[in-house]
Amino acid sequence: MTRYLIRRLLEAVPLLLGVIALTFVLVHAAPGDPVRILGGDGGDEAYYATMRAKFGLDRPLPEQLVIYFGSALHGDFGYSYVQRRPVFDVIADRIPATALLMLTALAVSTLLGLWLGAVAARRADTPPDHAITIATLVGAAMPAFWLGQVLVLVFAAGLGWLPVQGMTSARGVAPGFDAAIDLVRHLVLPVATLGFLQLALITRITRNGLIDVLHEEYIRTAYAKGLTPATVVRRHALRNVLLPVVTIVGSHFGTLLTGAVLTEIIFAWPGLGRLLFDATTSRDYPLLMAMFLVASLSVIVANLLTDIAYTALDPRVRLT
Amino acid sequence: MRRTAPAQWRSFTAVVGLALTLVAIGLAIFGGSLAPFDPFATRFPALQPPSAAHWLGTDDLGRDTFSGVLAGARASLLVGIATAAVAGVLGTAVGAIAGYFGGLVDDALMRLTELVQIVPRFFLAILVAALFGPSLVFLTLLLALTFWPTTARLVRSQILTLRQREWVLAARAVGLGEIRILVRHVVPHALGLIIVTAALQIGAAILVEASLSFLGLGDRSVISWGYMLNGAQPFLRVAWWLSVFPGLALVLTVLGTNLLADALSAVWDPARRRAVLVA
Repeated sequence: MTRYLIRRLLEAVPLLLGVIALTFVLVHAAPGDPVRILGGDGGDEAYYATMRAKFGLDRPLPEQLVIYFGSALHGDFGYSYVQRRPVFDVIADRIPATALLMLTALAVSTLLGLWLGAVAARRADTPPDHAITIATLVGAAMPAFWLGQVLVLVFAAGLGWLPVQGMTSARGVAPGFDAAIDLVRHLVLPVATLGFLQLALITRITRNGLIDVLHEEYIRTAYAKGLTPATVVRRHALRNVLLPVVTIVGSHFGTLLTGAVLTEIIFAWPGLGRLLFDATTSRDYPLLMAMFLVASLSVIVANLLTDIAYTALDPRVRLT
Repeated sequence: MRRTAPAQWRSFTAVVGLALTLVAIGLAIFGGSLAPFDPFATRFPALQPPSAAHWLGTDDLGRDTFSGVLAGARASLLVGIATAAVAGVLGTAVGAIAGYFGGLVDDALMRLTELVQIVPRFFLAILVAALFGPSLVFLTLLLALTFWPTTARLVRSQILTLRQREWVLAARAVGLGEIRILVRHVVPHALGLIIVTAALQIGAAILVEASLSFLGLGDRSVISWGYMLNGAQPFLRVAWWLSVFPGLALVLTVLGTNLLADALSAVWDPARRRAVLVA
């Protein structure tokens, strides 16, 4: 296991270098002075001179690439002239809010998806199954930002049940229990928006996986032992469906992150999405490049975690 | 509970998918001329709710939403279909060469595929749109460059089993060149898979284009559903029709192509009958 981990981490290095090299190529291929892109718009001449020296922009391209690699690998993603802070700090500040949104959506959609998938599989080709199938198909066709708009229209603006946006109420809420309830109320719509696509995917994979598994002989044995259908599905069938579910969750991490970004913009959630939106409107290039690198890195990590989850879930999978 | 025959249900979804796709394609071709008004013309009262004069209302600049929804189909469909086509050709080439020749070529191409696959396409597209300026052609190429790995991997795994077949040996014995065998005799067997993957990618590409336009990074000289949704966001609470109708058009189009892909996969690939939802 340790050896496997080390090997996988080593394999991730060229991927990371490749992504960094890609941003380097983009910066140099883009129209305009690279120093404006690396340093951001809005600096003065002295600042640009410093940036030119720092990235060695007067030196040959290969040397520039080495310098660029060096600073990126040190976590130095540059300075955001718009935010007037190092890019790394700006991003680090926003990660907790995004992580809270993503993890909650992932947890809710996984649990609900396994349940709905099991319901559909046990009633395959009946009206409830078809209803669930249609819902998952529509869910997969729906852009997160539009679903968010519709949910706001119905539940926040229309019925007034839930807050329209933000992570906490503007007016002071007593800390402790009330604050927690306040946070949950603010979470409901963003989580529903972000989780719906995941829910659709997980439900579909679970349903199809279960339908295959339910014909296996060990399932018949479990029934023969006198177990109830619910127990058979939960204890024996569902476990075998977890691997494809983990695969789909792992391989769609990039999609989840994209969804989170769009959801945050709809709900003014104070995470990376809002930051990305502001960075695009103000053309904050250092910040945009760093966000791209962070997103790539998180996909690499998600893939690694997916592989590790395999061993935990299925003892037959030996990672070497 | 009454059970429907799976085949009956499948043909129902196939017909719905085909109908939705045909309507979307029809709108993409004729939508602009069917529209009652110029979708960019700002000559009506602003923010009118749906009425007999303006079926789907008007936006903040007094533009007719119905005309926008009709004319907006073209950009979405064009990006979707062009992306899927370019990615399909590219992915097929890479996957076929890697799978058929194997060895170092395979290793090198697969490492490249892995690299491209981890690049989060939405974030890359934002960066590129910000650096180079938004353009529909550019965006399509960029999306195609991020969509091909899925096709490449699927085609490669298919080719790996196909190249072991006896008819490949027979073709070689007759004296055909390797390239000719690959292009004329092996790849056609993977065509079903390639087309199903491409059909799924149409929907996925449409969604990415819409998301970018929603962020204001779309091509602003072309009317598209994403562009309309971007304009709708500030008026969400006063003008629901600005958001609901373009979004509905988007959902129905993507649903249509996804259902069609699902139906096609049942025809070409009965063993694996269930297509993955999103490419």
